[in-house]
Amino acid sequence: MIVIEGLRKAYGSTPVVDGVSLRIPASGITSIIGPNGAGKSTLLSIMARLMEADGGTVIVDELDVTRTKTDLLARRLSILRQENHISSRLTVRDLVGFGRYPHSKGRLTPEDAGHIDRAIDYLHLGDLADRFLDELSGGQRQRAHIAMVLCQDTDYVLLDEPLNNLDMRHARGMMQLLRRAADELGKTIVLVMHDINFASWYSDGIVAMKAGRVVHHGAPDAIIRPEVLSAIYDMPIAVQDVAGKRIALYYE
Amino acid sequence: MKLTLAALATLAVAVLSLFVGVSDVTPASILNDDRAAQVFLASRLPRTLALVLAGTSMAVAGLVMQMIVRNRFVEPSTAGTTESAGLGLLIVTIFAPGWPLMAKMAVAAVFALAGTALFLRILRMVPLRDVLLVPLVGIMLGGIIGAVTTFFAYRFELLGSLNAWTMGDFSGVLRGRYELLWIGGVLAVLAYLAADRLTVAGMGRDFTVNLGMNYRAAVVLGLVIVALVSAVVLVSVGAIPFLGLIVPNIVSMAIGDNMRRSVPWVAITGAAFVLVCDIIGRTLRYPYEIPISMVVGVVGAAMFLMLLLRSRDHARA
Ligand SMILES: Nc1ncnc2c1ncn2[C@@H]1O[C@H](COP(=O)(O)OP(=O)(O)O)[C@@H](O)[C@H]1O
Ligand SMILES: [Mg+2]
Repeated sequence: MIVIEGLRKAYGSTPVVDGVSLRIPASGITSIIGPNGAGKSTLLSIMARLMEADGGTVIVDELDVTRTKTDLLARRLSILRQENHISSRLTVRDLVGFGRYPHSKGRLTPEDAGHIDRAIDYLHLGDLADRFLDELSGGQRQRAHIAMVLCQDTDYVLLDEPLNNLDMRHARGMMQLLRRAADELGKTIVLVMHDINFASWYSDGIVAMKAGRVVHHGAPDAIIRPEVLSAIYDMPIAVQDVAGKRIALYYE
Repeated sequence: MKLTLAALATLAVAVLSLFVGVSDVTPASILNDDRAAQVFLASRLPRTLALVLAGTSMAVAGLVMQMIVRNRFVEPSTAGTTESAGLGLLIVTIFAPGWPLMAKMAVAAVFALAGTALFLRILRMVPLRDVLLVPLVGIMLGGIIGAVTTFFAYRFELLGSLNAWTMGDFSGVLRGRYELLWIGGVLAVLAYLAADRLTVAGMGRDFTVNLGMNYRAAVVLGLVIVALVSAVVLVSVGAIPFLGLIVPNIVSMAIGDNMRRSVPWVAITGAAFVLVCDIIGRTLRYPYEIPISMVVGVVGAAMFLMLLLRSRDHARA
Protein backbone atom coordinates (compact mmCIF):
# COMPACT_ATOMS: atom_id res chain seq x y z
CA MET A 1 0.00 0.00 0.00
CA ILE A 2 1.09 3.56 -0.67
CA VAL A 3 0.11 6.03 2.03
CA ILE A 4 0.43 9.72 1.25
CA GLU A 5 -0.09 12.27 4.00
CA GLY A 6 -0.43 16.04 3.61
CA LEU A 7 1.84 16.30 0.57
CA ARG A 8 2.63 19.85 -0.51
CA LYS A 9 4.71 21.34 -3.28
CA ALA A 10 4.75 24.90 -4.56
CA TYR A 11 6.66 26.79 -7.23
CA GLY A 12 7.18 30.22 -5.77
CA SER A 13 3.84 31.08 -4.22
CA THR A 14 1.82 28.84 -6.56
CA PRO A 15 0.90 25.53 -4.96
CA VAL A 16 0.91 22.67 -7.48
CA VAL A 17 0.34 19.85 -5.00
CA ASP A 18 -1.81 21.24 -2.26
CA GLY A 19 -2.25 19.01 0.76
CA VAL A 20 -2.72 15.64 -0.89
CA SER A 21 -3.53 12.66 1.32
CA LEU A 22 -4.21 9.36 -0.37
CA ARG A 23 -4.18 5.63 0.23
CA ILE A 24 -3.44 3.49 -2.80
CA PRO A 25 -4.15 -0.16 -2.08
CA ALA A 26 -1.62 -2.84 -2.98
CA SER A 27 -2.04 -4.92 -6.14
CA GLY A 28 -4.32 -3.41 -8.70
CA ILE A 29 -4.43 -0.49 -11.08
CA THR A 30 -5.08 3.01 -9.82
CA SER A 31 -5.43 5.77 -12.42
CA ILE A 32 -4.94 9.44 -11.73
CA ILE A 33 -6.98 11.71 -13.98
CA GLY A 34 -7.50 15.46 -14.14
CA PRO A 35 -6.96 18.45 -16.41
CA ASN A 36 -3.55 19.68 -17.56
CA GLY A 37 -1.62 21.35 -14.80
CA ALA A 38 -3.61 19.64 -12.04
CA GLY A 39 -0.37 18.41 -10.46
CA LYS A 40 -0.56 14.76 -11.48
CA SER A 41 2.99 14.50 -12.79
CA THR A 42 4.36 16.41 -9.84
CA LEU A 43 2.60 14.08 -7.43
CA LEU A 44 3.94 11.01 -9.22
CA SER A 45 7.50 12.39 -9.26
CA ILE A 46 7.40 13.10 -5.55
CA MET A 47 6.05 9.62 -4.86
CA ALA A 48 9.11 8.20 -6.62
CA ARG A 49 11.60 10.59 -4.91
CA LEU A 50 12.48 12.26 -8.21
CA MET A 51 11.29 15.53 -6.74
CA GLU A 52 11.34 16.84 -3.21
CA ALA A 53 8.11 17.89 -1.54
CA ASP A 54 7.82 20.99 0.61
CA GLY A 55 5.97 18.97 3.22
CA GLY A 56 4.18 15.69 3.84
CA THR A 57 5.20 12.05 3.52
CA VAL A 58 4.97 9.17 1.09
CA ILE A 59 5.16 5.70 2.62
CA VAL A 60 5.43 2.65 0.36
CA ASP A 61 4.99 -0.55 2.36
CA GLU A 62 6.49 0.97 5.52
CA LEU A 63 9.29 2.63 3.54
CA ASP A 64 9.42 6.41 3.66
CA VAL A 65 10.59 7.22 0.13
CA THR A 66 12.74 10.17 1.15
CA ARG A 67 14.52 8.25 3.89
CA THR A 68 14.94 4.84 2.29
CA LYS A 69 18.23 4.03 0.62
CA THR A 70 17.69 4.78 -3.02
CA ASP A 71 19.05 1.47 -4.32
CA LEU A 72 16.77 -0.47 -1.99
CA LEU A 73 13.78 1.55 -3.14
CA ALA A 74 14.74 0.94 -6.78
CA ARG A 75 14.04 -2.76 -6.23
CA ARG A 76 10.55 -2.00 -4.88
CA LEU A 77 9.31 0.93 -6.91
CA SER A 78 9.92 2.14 -10.44
CA ILE A 79 8.76 5.17 -12.36
CA LEU A 80 8.56 6.33 -15.94
CA ARG A 81 8.06 10.03 -16.41
CA GLN A 82 5.86 11.67 -18.98
CA GLU A 83 8.73 12.91 -21.11
CA ASN A 84 11.96 11.09 -21.52
CA HIS A 85 14.75 12.30 -23.66
CA ILE A 86 17.80 10.08 -23.91
CA SER A 87 20.52 11.75 -25.93
CA SER A 88 22.92 8.82 -25.94
CA ARG A 89 22.67 6.14 -28.57
CA LEU A 90 21.49 2.99 -26.84
CA THR A 91 19.82 -0.01 -28.37
CA VAL A 92 16.43 -1.15 -27.15
CA ARG A 93 18.09 -4.16 -25.55
CA ASP A 94 20.67 -1.95 -23.79
CA LEU A 95 17.92 0.24 -22.39
CA VAL A 96 15.76 -2.63 -21.23
CA GLY A 97 18.83 -4.30 -19.74
CA PHE A 98 19.52 -1.26 -17.57
CA GLY A 99 16.18 -1.98 -15.92
CA ARG A 100 18.02 -4.84 -14.20
CA TYR A 101 20.64 -2.53 -12.76
CA PRO A 102 19.08 -2.29 -9.27
CA HIS A 103 19.27 -6.10 -9.03
CA SER A 104 22.42 -6.95 -10.91
CA LYS A 105 24.54 -3.79 -10.58
CA GLY A 106 25.69 -4.37 -14.13
CA ARG A 107 26.56 -8.07 -13.91
CA LEU A 108 23.71 -9.64 -15.79
CA THR A 109 22.91 -13.20 -14.69
CA PRO A 110 20.97 -15.70 -16.82
CA GLU A 111 17.94 -14.79 -14.70
CA ASP A 112 18.37 -11.14 -15.68
CA ALA A 113 18.64 -12.16 -19.32
CA GLY A 114 15.31 -13.97 -18.94
CA HIS A 115 13.68 -10.82 -17.55
CA ILE A 116 15.09 -8.78 -20.43
CA ASP A 117 13.85 -11.20 -23.09
CA ARG A 118 10.39 -11.39 -21.52
CA ALA A 119 10.05 -7.61 -21.25
CA ILE A 120 11.06 -7.23 -24.89
CA ASP A 121 8.58 -9.91 -25.85
CA TYR A 122 5.67 -8.49 -23.85
CA LEU A 123 6.02 -5.16 -25.59
CA HIS A 124 6.45 -6.71 -29.03
CA LEU A 125 9.91 -5.24 -29.43
CA GLY A 126 11.55 -8.43 -30.68
CA ASP A 127 12.22 -7.10 -34.17
CA LEU A 128 13.47 -3.79 -32.82
CA ALA A 129 15.63 -5.09 -29.99
CA ASP A 130 18.93 -4.26 -31.67
CA ARG A 131 17.85 -0.91 -33.10
CA PHE A 132 19.06 2.34 -31.61
CA LEU A 133 16.47 4.40 -29.75
CA ASP A 134 17.02 7.35 -32.06
CA GLU A 135 15.95 5.18 -34.98
CA LEU A 136 12.50 4.43 -33.55
CA SER A 137 9.14 6.17 -33.78
CA GLY A 138 7.77 7.91 -30.71
CA GLY A 139 5.43 5.05 -29.90
CA GLN A 140 8.12 2.41 -30.33
CA ARG A 141 10.41 4.38 -28.04
CA GLN A 142 7.65 4.70 -25.47
CA ARG A 143 7.25 0.92 -25.51
CA ALA A 144 11.00 0.49 -25.05
CA HIS A 145 10.93 2.77 -22.00
CA ILE A 146 8.03 0.84 -20.52
CA ALA A 147 9.83 -2.43 -21.19
CA MET A 148 12.76 -1.11 -19.18
CA VAL A 149 10.54 -0.21 -16.24
CA LEU A 150 8.80 -3.58 -16.34
CA CYS A 151 12.18 -5.28 -16.51
CA GLN A 152 12.99 -3.60 -13.22
CA ASP A 153 10.35 -5.97 -11.86
CA THR A 154 9.27 -3.90 -8.87
CA ASP A 155 6.12 -4.42 -6.79
CA TYR A 156 5.15 -0.82 -7.41
CA VAL A 157 5.14 0.68 -10.89
CA LEU A 158 4.35 4.33 -11.55
CA LEU A 159 3.74 5.36 -15.14
CA ASP A 160 3.03 8.91 -16.25
CA GLU A 161 0.83 8.83 -19.34
CA PRO A 162 2.07 5.45 -20.56
CA LEU A 163 -0.24 5.53 -23.58
CA ASN A 164 1.53 8.61 -24.99
CA ASN A 165 2.23 8.14 -28.70
CA LEU A 166 0.80 4.64 -28.80
CA ASP A 167 -1.59 3.59 -31.54
CA MET A 168 -4.91 1.99 -30.62
CA ARG A 169 -3.65 -1.55 -30.83
CA HIS A 170 -0.59 -0.89 -28.68
CA ALA A 171 -2.57 1.22 -26.23
CA ARG A 172 -5.01 -1.60 -25.68
CA GLY A 173 -2.15 -4.12 -25.55
CA MET A 174 -0.41 -1.99 -22.93
CA MET A 175 -3.48 -1.80 -20.72
CA GLN A 176 -4.10 -5.53 -21.02
CA LEU A 177 -0.48 -6.18 -20.13
CA LEU A 178 -0.70 -3.96 -17.05
CA ARG A 179 -3.97 -5.60 -16.08
CA ARG A 180 -2.30 -9.02 -16.23
CA ALA A 181 0.65 -7.77 -14.21
CA ALA A 182 -1.75 -6.59 -11.54
CA ASP A 183 -3.91 -9.73 -11.55
CA GLU A 184 -1.31 -12.45 -12.01
CA LEU A 185 1.77 -10.95 -10.37
CA GLY A 186 0.03 -8.79 -7.78
CA LYS A 187 1.75 -5.60 -8.94
CA THR A 188 0.56 -2.24 -7.73
CA ILE A 189 0.32 0.02 -10.74
CA VAL A 190 -0.32 3.75 -10.59
CA LEU A 191 -1.01 5.47 -13.88
CA VAL A 192 -1.53 9.04 -14.91
CA MET A 193 -4.14 8.77 -17.66
CA HIS A 194 -5.55 11.20 -20.16
CA ASP A 195 -7.98 8.84 -21.80
CA ILE A 196 -10.64 8.53 -19.13
CA ASN A 197 -12.30 5.65 -20.96
CA PHE A 198 -9.15 3.53 -20.81
CA ALA A 199 -8.98 4.48 -17.13
CA SER A 200 -12.61 3.51 -16.65
CA TRP A 201 -12.23 0.20 -18.46
CA TYR A 202 -9.07 -1.10 -16.84
CA SER A 203 -8.68 0.51 -13.41
CA ASP A 204 -9.65 -0.72 -9.99
CA GLY A 205 -9.61 2.80 -8.61
CA ILE A 206 -9.57 6.31 -10.02
CA VAL A 207 -8.13 9.39 -8.36
CA ALA A 208 -9.30 12.71 -9.75
CA MET A 209 -7.11 15.76 -9.26
CA LYS A 210 -7.82 19.39 -9.88
CA ALA A 211 -5.68 22.42 -9.04
CA GLY A 212 -3.27 20.45 -6.87
CA ARG A 213 -5.91 18.68 -4.82
CA VAL A 214 -7.49 15.24 -4.88
CA VAL A 215 -11.14 15.96 -5.51
CA HIS A 216 -12.41 12.38 -5.86
CA HIS A 217 -11.11 8.90 -5.18
CA GLY A 218 -13.16 5.78 -5.76
CA ALA A 219 -14.06 2.91 -8.03
CA PRO A 220 -14.66 3.77 -11.72
CA ASP A 221 -18.42 3.51 -11.12
CA ALA A 222 -18.22 6.32 -8.62
CA ILE A 223 -16.03 8.63 -10.72
CA ILE A 224 -17.15 8.09 -14.29
CA ARG A 225 -20.41 9.96 -13.81
CA PRO A 226 -21.62 12.98 -15.74
CA GLU A 227 -21.82 15.33 -12.79
CA VAL A 228 -18.43 14.30 -11.36
CA LEU A 229 -16.52 14.46 -14.67
CA SER A 230 -18.20 17.69 -15.75
CA ALA A 231 -17.04 19.34 -12.55
CA ILE A 232 -13.46 18.01 -12.89
CA TYR A 233 -12.99 19.07 -16.49
CA ASP A 234 -15.31 22.11 -16.53
CA MET A 235 -17.29 20.95 -19.52
CA PRO A 236 -20.38 18.87 -20.13
CA ILE A 237 -19.57 15.15 -20.28
CA ALA A 238 -22.13 12.43 -20.89
CA VAL A 239 -21.68 8.85 -19.68
CA GLN A 240 -23.14 5.67 -21.16
CA ASP A 241 -23.05 2.08 -20.05
CA VAL A 242 -21.38 -0.15 -22.63
CA ALA A 243 -20.92 -3.85 -21.99
CA GLY A 244 -21.10 -3.30 -18.25
CA LYS A 245 -18.45 -0.55 -18.27
CA ARG A 246 -18.93 3.20 -18.14
CA ILE A 247 -17.86 5.20 -21.16
CA ALA A 248 -17.64 8.97 -21.21
CA LEU A 249 -18.71 10.86 -24.32
CA TYR A 250 -17.25 14.30 -24.63
CA TYR A 251 -16.72 14.74 -28.34
CA GLU A 252 -19.48 17.26 -28.95
CA MET B 1 36.62 -10.41 -32.66
CA LYS B 2 36.43 -7.14 -34.60
CA LEU B 3 37.80 -5.48 -31.52
CA THR B 4 40.81 -7.81 -31.52
CA LEU B 5 41.46 -7.03 -35.18
CA ALA B 6 41.25 -3.30 -34.49
CA ALA B 7 43.65 -3.71 -31.57
CA LEU B 8 46.10 -5.63 -33.75
CA ALA B 9 45.89 -3.01 -36.50
CA THR B 10 46.57 -0.28 -33.96
CA LEU B 11 49.48 -2.27 -32.61
CA ALA B 12 50.89 -2.48 -36.14
CA VAL B 13 50.63 1.29 -36.52
CA ALA B 14 52.34 1.69 -33.16
CA VAL B 15 55.23 -0.53 -34.31
CA LEU B 16 55.47 1.48 -37.51
CA SER B 17 55.56 4.67 -35.45
CA LEU B 18 58.56 3.28 -33.54
CA PHE B 19 60.61 3.22 -36.73
CA VAL B 20 59.72 6.58 -38.26
CA GLY B 21 62.19 9.36 -37.64
CA VAL B 22 65.34 11.20 -38.59
CA SER B 23 67.94 8.96 -37.00
CA ASP B 24 68.35 5.58 -38.51
CA VAL B 25 66.59 3.14 -36.20
CA THR B 26 65.50 -0.20 -37.60
CA PRO B 27 64.63 -3.45 -35.85
CA ALA B 28 68.05 -4.80 -36.89
CA SER B 29 70.06 -1.75 -35.86
CA ILE B 30 68.59 -1.78 -32.33
CA LEU B 31 70.17 -5.15 -31.77
CA ASN B 32 73.54 -4.39 -33.34
CA ASP B 33 74.13 -0.71 -32.76
CA ASP B 34 74.35 0.78 -29.26
CA ARG B 35 73.51 4.27 -30.41
CA ALA B 36 70.42 3.12 -32.26
CA ALA B 37 69.33 1.12 -29.23
CA GLN B 38 69.75 4.20 -27.07
CA VAL B 39 67.70 6.41 -29.38
CA PHE B 40 65.09 3.69 -29.42
CA LEU B 41 64.80 3.38 -25.64
CA ALA B 42 65.22 7.04 -24.75
CA SER B 43 63.10 8.60 -27.44
CA ARG B 44 61.23 6.34 -29.87
CA LEU B 45 59.61 4.00 -27.38
CA PRO B 46 58.61 6.80 -24.99
CA ARG B 47 57.13 8.77 -27.87
CA THR B 48 55.02 5.90 -29.13
CA LEU B 49 53.86 5.05 -25.62
CA ALA B 50 53.02 8.69 -25.01
CA LEU B 51 51.00 8.79 -28.22
CA VAL B 52 49.05 5.68 -27.30
CA LEU B 53 48.38 6.82 -23.73
CA ALA B 54 47.45 10.38 -24.66
CA GLY B 55 45.25 9.28 -27.56
CA THR B 56 43.47 6.67 -25.49
CA SER B 57 42.88 8.80 -22.45
CA MET B 58 41.80 11.96 -24.30
CA ALA B 59 39.33 10.01 -26.44
CA VAL B 60 37.87 8.25 -23.39
CA ALA B 61 37.72 11.55 -21.49
CA GLY B 62 35.76 13.04 -24.39
CA LEU B 63 33.28 10.17 -24.24
CA VAL B 64 32.89 10.52 -20.48
CA MET B 65 32.29 14.22 -20.84
CA GLN B 66 29.67 13.69 -23.53
CA MET B 67 27.84 11.29 -21.23
CA ILE B 68 27.77 13.52 -18.17
CA VAL B 69 26.93 16.71 -20.09
CA ARG B 70 24.52 14.73 -22.27
CA ASN B 71 25.70 16.49 -25.36
CA ARG B 72 27.46 15.01 -28.38
CA PHE B 73 29.58 18.06 -29.05
CA VAL B 74 31.46 18.65 -25.85
CA GLU B 75 34.97 17.58 -25.02
CA PRO B 76 37.62 19.12 -22.78
CA SER B 77 38.51 21.79 -25.36
CA THR B 78 34.87 22.85 -25.90
CA ALA B 79 33.95 23.05 -22.23
CA GLY B 80 36.59 25.29 -20.72
CA THR B 81 38.40 22.30 -19.19
CA THR B 82 41.65 22.50 -21.16
CA GLU B 83 41.90 26.27 -20.77
CA SER B 84 41.27 26.03 -17.03
CA ALA B 85 44.00 23.42 -16.71
CA GLY B 86 46.28 25.82 -18.63
CA LEU B 87 45.47 28.65 -16.23
CA GLY B 88 46.26 26.41 -13.27
CA LEU B 89 49.53 25.33 -14.82
CA LEU B 90 50.50 28.94 -15.50
CA ILE B 91 49.71 30.03 -11.95
CA VAL B 92 51.74 27.24 -10.41
CA THR B 93 54.58 27.99 -12.83
CA ILE B 94 54.56 31.64 -11.73
CA PHE B 95 54.30 31.06 -7.99
CA ALA B 96 56.02 27.70 -7.51
CA PRO B 97 58.28 27.12 -10.50
CA GLY B 98 60.34 24.60 -8.55
CA TRP B 99 57.51 22.19 -7.81
CA PRO B 100 57.77 18.71 -9.30
CA LEU B 101 55.75 18.02 -12.44
CA MET B 102 53.34 15.81 -10.50
CA ALA B 103 52.40 18.66 -8.17
CA LYS B 104 51.98 21.06 -11.08
CA MET B 105 49.76 18.54 -12.77
CA ALA B 106 47.64 18.28 -9.61
CA VAL B 107 47.15 22.05 -9.54
CA ALA B 108 46.19 22.02 -13.21
CA ALA B 109 43.71 19.22 -12.50
CA VAL B 110 42.08 21.18 -9.67
CA PHE B 111 41.65 24.17 -11.99
CA ALA B 112 40.30 21.92 -14.73
CA LEU B 113 37.76 20.48 -12.29
CA ALA B 114 36.66 23.94 -11.15
CA GLY B 115 36.38 25.23 -14.73
CA THR B 116 34.31 22.25 -15.84
CA ALA B 117 32.07 22.54 -12.79
CA LEU B 118 31.54 26.19 -13.70
CA PHE B 119 30.58 25.12 -17.22
CA LEU B 120 28.02 22.66 -15.85
CA ARG B 121 26.63 25.32 -13.53
CA ILE B 122 26.18 27.74 -16.43
CA LEU B 123 24.36 25.02 -18.38
CA ARG B 124 22.06 24.40 -15.45
CA MET B 125 21.30 28.09 -15.05
CA VAL B 126 20.65 28.68 -18.74
CA PRO B 127 18.97 25.58 -20.14
CA LEU B 128 19.76 25.62 -23.85
CA ARG B 129 17.34 24.27 -26.37
CA ASP B 130 19.83 23.84 -29.18
CA VAL B 131 22.45 21.10 -28.78
CA LEU B 132 24.97 23.19 -30.69
CA LEU B 133 24.73 26.09 -28.26
CA VAL B 134 26.19 23.97 -25.47
CA PRO B 135 29.70 23.65 -26.98
CA LEU B 136 29.51 27.29 -28.08
CA VAL B 137 29.00 28.33 -24.47
CA GLY B 138 31.94 26.11 -23.53
CA ILE B 139 34.14 27.57 -26.22
CA MET B 140 33.25 31.08 -25.04
CA LEU B 141 34.02 30.18 -21.45
CA GLY B 142 37.30 28.64 -22.59
CA GLY B 143 38.03 31.79 -24.59
CA ILE B 144 37.60 33.99 -21.54
CA ILE B 145 39.77 31.77 -19.34
CA GLY B 146 42.32 31.52 -22.13
CA ALA B 147 42.44 35.31 -22.47
CA VAL B 148 43.10 35.73 -18.75
CA THR B 149 45.83 33.10 -19.00
CA THR B 150 47.43 34.80 -21.99
CA PHE B 151 47.38 38.15 -20.20
CA PHE B 152 49.26 36.81 -17.19
CA ALA B 153 51.59 34.75 -19.37
CA TYR B 154 52.46 37.96 -21.19
CA ARG B 155 53.02 39.91 -17.98
CA PHE B 156 55.26 37.21 -16.57
CA GLU B 157 57.02 36.51 -19.85
CA LEU B 158 55.77 32.95 -20.05
CA LEU B 159 54.15 33.15 -23.46
CA GLY B 160 56.64 30.60 -24.76
CA SER B 161 55.60 28.00 -22.19
CA LEU B 162 51.96 28.77 -22.74
CA ASN B 163 52.43 28.18 -26.43
CA ALA B 164 53.97 24.81 -25.72
CA TRP B 165 51.01 23.78 -23.56
CA THR B 166 48.35 24.86 -26.00
CA MET B 167 50.07 23.20 -28.96
CA GLY B 168 50.28 19.50 -28.39
CA ASP B 169 53.60 18.20 -29.65
CA PHE B 170 55.27 14.85 -29.16
CA SER B 171 58.68 15.73 -30.58
CA GLY B 172 60.04 16.57 -27.14
CA VAL B 173 58.91 13.33 -25.51
CA LEU B 174 61.82 11.54 -23.87
CA ARG B 175 62.19 8.85 -21.26
CA GLY B 176 61.54 10.45 -17.89
CA ARG B 177 59.27 13.14 -19.32
CA TYR B 178 56.12 11.31 -20.32
CA GLU B 179 55.47 8.89 -17.48
CA LEU B 180 52.66 10.97 -15.97
CA LEU B 181 50.63 9.89 -18.98
CA TRP B 182 50.31 6.45 -17.42
CA ILE B 183 47.87 8.11 -15.01
CA GLY B 184 45.75 8.85 -18.07
CA GLY B 185 45.87 5.18 -19.00
CA VAL B 186 44.76 4.20 -15.50
CA LEU B 187 41.89 6.70 -15.69
CA ALA B 188 40.74 5.21 -18.99
CA VAL B 189 40.58 1.83 -17.27
CA LEU B 190 38.66 3.42 -14.41
CA ALA B 191 36.14 4.80 -16.92
CA TYR B 192 35.72 1.29 -18.25
CA LEU B 193 35.15 -0.11 -14.77
CA ALA B 194 32.53 2.57 -14.11
CA ALA B 195 31.04 2.17 -17.60
CA ASP B 196 27.55 1.14 -16.46
CA ARG B 197 27.23 3.93 -13.98
CA LEU B 198 28.42 6.54 -16.45
CA THR B 199 26.10 5.21 -19.15
CA VAL B 200 23.14 5.39 -16.79
CA ALA B 201 24.12 8.92 -15.76
CA GLY B 202 24.13 9.70 -19.48
CA MET B 203 20.41 8.89 -19.56
CA GLY B 204 19.75 11.75 -17.18
CA ARG B 205 19.03 12.33 -13.53
CA ASP B 206 15.54 10.85 -13.40
CA PHE B 207 16.57 7.55 -14.98
CA THR B 208 19.56 7.39 -12.69
CA VAL B 209 17.54 7.96 -9.53
CA ASN B 210 14.88 5.51 -10.67
CA LEU B 211 17.58 2.86 -11.02
CA GLY B 212 18.69 3.53 -7.46
CA MET B 213 21.98 5.18 -8.27
CA ASN B 214 23.56 8.30 -6.85
CA TYR B 215 23.48 10.71 -9.79
CA ARG B 216 25.71 13.30 -8.24
CA ALA B 217 28.40 10.75 -7.41
CA ALA B 218 28.44 9.50 -10.99
CA VAL B 219 28.76 13.02 -12.37
CA VAL B 220 31.56 13.86 -9.95
CA LEU B 221 33.41 10.67 -10.88
CA GLY B 222 33.11 11.59 -14.55
CA LEU B 223 34.30 15.13 -13.93
CA VAL B 224 37.31 13.95 -11.97
CA ILE B 225 38.30 11.58 -14.79
CA VAL B 226 37.95 14.33 -17.40
CA ALA B 227 39.81 16.94 -15.36
CA LEU B 228 42.71 14.65 -14.47
CA VAL B 229 43.14 13.37 -18.01
CA SER B 230 43.09 16.90 -19.40
CA ALA B 231 45.67 18.05 -16.87
CA VAL B 232 47.96 15.07 -17.38
CA VAL B 233 47.95 15.43 -21.16
CA LEU B 234 48.38 19.18 -21.03
CA VAL B 235 51.34 18.96 -18.67
CA SER B 236 53.09 16.13 -20.52
CA VAL B 237 52.59 16.83 -24.22
CA GLY B 238 50.24 19.81 -24.55
CA ALA B 239 46.61 20.05 -25.57
CA ILE B 240 45.29 17.92 -28.42
CA PRO B 241 42.05 19.50 -29.62
CA PHE B 242 39.11 17.69 -31.27
CA LEU B 243 40.36 14.21 -30.42
CA GLY B 244 37.83 13.73 -27.63
CA LEU B 245 35.12 14.87 -29.99
CA ILE B 246 35.86 13.01 -33.20
CA VAL B 247 36.68 9.58 -31.85
CA PRO B 248 33.68 9.04 -29.53
CA ASN B 249 31.32 10.36 -32.20
CA ILE B 250 32.61 7.98 -34.84
CA VAL B 251 32.41 5.05 -32.42
CA SER B 252 28.94 6.13 -31.34
CA MET B 253 27.68 6.07 -34.90
CA ALA B 254 29.05 2.59 -35.41
CA ILE B 255 28.23 0.82 -32.15
CA GLY B 256 26.34 3.24 -29.93
CA ASP B 257 26.97 4.65 -26.47
CA ASN B 258 26.67 1.71 -24.11
CA MET B 259 30.06 2.36 -22.54
CA ARG B 260 30.63 -1.27 -21.65
CA ARG B 261 30.96 -1.85 -25.38
CA SER B 262 32.18 1.52 -26.54
CA VAL B 263 35.03 2.36 -24.14
CA PRO B 264 37.40 -0.29 -25.59
CA TRP B 265 36.61 0.92 -29.10
CA VAL B 266 37.08 4.55 -28.19
CA ALA B 267 40.36 3.74 -26.49
CA ILE B 268 41.76 1.83 -29.47
CA THR B 269 40.48 4.28 -32.07
CA GLY B 270 41.85 7.20 -30.06
CA ALA B 271 45.31 5.64 -29.98
CA ALA B 272 45.19 4.80 -33.70
CA PHE B 273 44.02 8.28 -34.61
CA VAL B 274 46.84 9.99 -32.75
CA LEU B 275 49.46 7.53 -34.01
CA VAL B 276 48.42 8.10 -37.61
CA CYS B 277 48.29 11.88 -37.22
CA ASP B 278 51.74 11.79 -35.65
CA ILE B 279 53.17 9.71 -38.49
CA ILE B 280 51.65 12.16 -40.99
CA GLY B 281 53.17 15.08 -39.08
CA ARG B 282 56.58 13.40 -39.06
CA THR B 283 56.67 12.39 -42.72
CA LEU B 284 54.84 15.17 -44.56
CA ARG B 285 57.74 17.64 -44.45
CA TYR B 286 60.48 15.16 -43.63
CA PRO B 287 62.96 15.79 -42.06
CA TYR B 288 60.95 18.57 -40.38
CA GLU B 289 58.01 17.90 -38.10
CA ILE B 290 54.56 19.41 -38.06
CA PRO B 291 53.22 19.50 -34.47
CA ILE B 292 50.49 16.96 -33.89
CA SER B 293 48.01 19.52 -32.63
CA MET B 294 48.11 21.07 -36.09
CA VAL B 295 47.57 17.78 -37.92
CA VAL B 296 44.81 16.75 -35.51
CA GLY B 297 43.36 20.25 -35.77
CA VAL B 298 43.11 20.13 -39.55
CA VAL B 299 41.89 16.55 -39.80
CA GLY B 300 39.66 17.02 -36.74
CA ALA B 301 38.07 20.28 -37.89
CA ALA B 302 37.14 18.69 -41.22
CA MET B 303 35.66 15.66 -39.49
CA PHE B 304 33.86 17.83 -36.96
CA LEU B 305 32.26 19.77 -39.78
CA MET B 306 31.11 16.52 -41.33
CA LEU B 307 29.61 15.44 -38.02
CA LEU B 308 27.74 18.71 -37.71
CA LEU B 309 26.31 18.44 -41.20
CA ARG B 310 25.38 14.86 -40.59
CA SER B 311 23.64 15.72 -37.34
CA ARG B 312 21.61 18.31 -39.29
CA ASP B 313 20.44 15.60 -41.64
CA HIS B 314 19.58 13.22 -38.88
CA ALA B 315 18.32 15.90 -36.52
CA ARG B 316 19.31 13.79 -33.60
CA ALA B 317 20.49 15.44 -30.45
N1 LIG C 1 9.61 23.82 -12.91
C1 LIG C 1 8.41 24.43 -12.75
N2 LIG C 1 8.34 25.71 -12.41
C2 LIG C 1 7.14 26.33 -12.23
N3 LIG C 1 5.97 25.71 -12.37
C3 LIG C 1 5.97 24.42 -12.72
C4 LIG C 1 7.18 23.70 -12.93
N4 LIG C 1 6.88 22.42 -13.26
C5 LIG C 1 5.53 22.37 -13.27
N5 LIG C 1 4.99 23.55 -12.94
C6 LIG C 1 3.54 23.85 -12.83
O1 LIG C 1 2.99 22.93 -11.92
C7 LIG C 1 1.67 22.63 -12.30
C8 LIG C 1 1.48 21.12 -12.25
O2 LIG C 1 2.24 20.51 -13.26
P1 LIG C 1 2.14 18.95 -13.56
O3 LIG C 1 2.29 18.22 -12.30
O4 LIG C 1 3.09 18.64 -14.64
O5 LIG C 1 0.63 18.85 -14.10
P2 LIG C 1 -0.10 17.64 -14.82
O6 LIG C 1 0.84 16.48 -14.92
O7 LIG C 1 -1.29 17.36 -13.99
O8 LIG C 1 -0.52 18.15 -16.17
C9 LIG C 1 1.44 23.23 -13.67
O9 LIG C 1 0.62 24.35 -13.54
C10 LIG C 1 2.81 23.61 -14.13
O10 LIG C 1 2.74 24.78 -14.89
MG1 LIG D 1 1.68 15.54 -16.54
